[in-house]
Amino acid sequence: MPVTHLTSRFIAPECDGDILAVNDLYFSYPDGHAALNGVSLKLCEGDKVALVGPNGAGKSTLMLHLNGILTGRGDVEIAGKRLTRDNLPLIRSMVGLVFQNPDDQLFSPTVFEDVAFGPLHMGLPEAEVRSRVDAALEAVRMNSYRDRLSHHLSVGEKKRIAIATVLSMQPRLLVLDEPSAGLDPRARRTLINLLRDLPITMLVSTHDMKLVQELFPRTVVMDEGCVVADSLTSEILGNESFLNAHGLEKP
Amino acid sequence: MHFDAFDRYHDHDSFIHRLDPRVKAVVTVVFIVSNALLPDGAWFAFGFAWLFLLFCNLFSKLGYTYTLKRSIIALPFALIAITVLFSIPGNPISTFRFLMWDFTITDAGLLRFISILIRSWLSVQMAILLVAVTRFPDLVHAFEHLRVPAILTTIIAFLYRYLFVLTDEVFRLLRARESRSAAAPGSRSGGGVMWRAKIAGNMAGQLFLRSYERSDRIYNAMLARGYAGHLYTLNPHEMKSADYYATAFAIAVIFLMQVIGRF
Repeated sequence: MPVTHLTSRFIAPECDGDILAVNDLYFSYPDGHAALNGVSLKLCEGDKVALVGPNGAGKSTLMLHLNGILTGRGDVEIAGKRLTRDNLPLIRSMVGLVFQNPDDQLFSPTVFEDVAFGPLHMGLPEAEVRSRVDAALEAVRMNSYRDRLSHHLSVGEKKRIAIATVLSMQPRLLVLDEPSAGLDPRARRTLINLLRDLPITMLVSTHDMKLVQELFPRTVVMDEGCVVADSLTSEILGNESFLNAHGLEKP
Repeated sequence: MHFDAFDRYHDHDSFIHRLDPRVKAVVTVVFIVSNALLPDGAWFAFGFAWLFLLFCNLFSKLGYTYTLKRSIIALPFALIAITVLFSIPGNPISTFRFLMWDFTITDAGLLRFISILIRSWLSVQMAILLVAVTRFPDLVHAFEHLRVPAILTTIIAFLYRYLFVLTDEVFRLLRARESRSAAAPGSRSGGGVMWRAKIAGNMAGQLFLRSYERSDRIYNAMLARGYAGHLYTLNPHEMKSADYYATAFAIAVIFLMQVIGRF
């Protein structure tokens, strides 16, 4: 039985400006809690930026806005495309969002199907889907796991598969929510090397200040729904009183 | 912690393992329907069906007692049919008194009861064999390609995937309770029955809330990767000539079974 698939619908636009431009974004949860109070943020092509701040600062909420899962008041632009209801599918193919808990991210029975989920839903032809899955699994060095069942893997393995599930969509921007949480030192080291080698613009939320110091030249600090600092990592990590004021620790 | 107690797949390299999952699913369903259609007391046909089952067992390299051993667990469910012993009119075999009622077992009732028992026992064994020789995702794919409504196959696939996550969650809750269920020396652990029931109720509520929130997060993760209400799959399955032969053979055997049962 042949399976027919749609042809490619999503061609990411050429962009020489900012990959991500968030302008004055406000958002309140239905219970009235204001999570974002006017956030503005810009990322250029190739930027690797850490997003730090205490729990409840609005980091995850901001991330859920970047591909339109939540929509607040204000502008979000990805590669020059304004996020609207109409180009939601296009935006979602350009923003690879990796959730904190890999069990939420991996919902298909096998690793292969999970990694193929994104490309399939982008309407790519079968051969293209297969080659992208291979490439994505190769990138996280998990090629031998393609037929494994996701629930039999370790947390570190699940994490890498979760990253592969968005790499297969060939996103312009990778958004990771606390990627190193709950990993043992070796899995963490593997992850750090992986993030360093990936040639993609990324925004990574984390509490792991050592990771920030090692991997990201630029850091954005959020607290109480606002960006309170956006500058060189060395500068921010050097200012101990500032770190203490926002519930952070010097590595 | 991983909880794999439900995974009944047994990895072997056998003729039956290699068959297309669609073939296995169809043959299993046809076999079960055929069992249900056999008339009461068709002993030769039942015997023939059992031989077919043994043959399938043998060809899947699981050993011919594999399904037999695992089928015992399903037998209690067949006891639901026990009422037919008394409810079918026929010649009485024996009568006994239970509380304030008289029960009469008839020969026709006994015949039907035993037939139902054998039918369900054979059917359960075939289903056990099916999940032992087919990976679950393949099975779901097979149903998809057999035009089972997408909503059903999607629900089944998610159920299977998150059964493990849910059991993990249950065990975490149980462990958390266990580790705090201490007792002072000389006194019994835990309070009264009502108190325990209340705790258990709270735990069930917790489990519901956790799974509800988790389902929300999963939905977000699906949205983030372009889900718009329809699941797509690649088709790694292709019918080979061996698959067609096996289907034809199995259907012929099942047809023969019906012929034997009716004449």
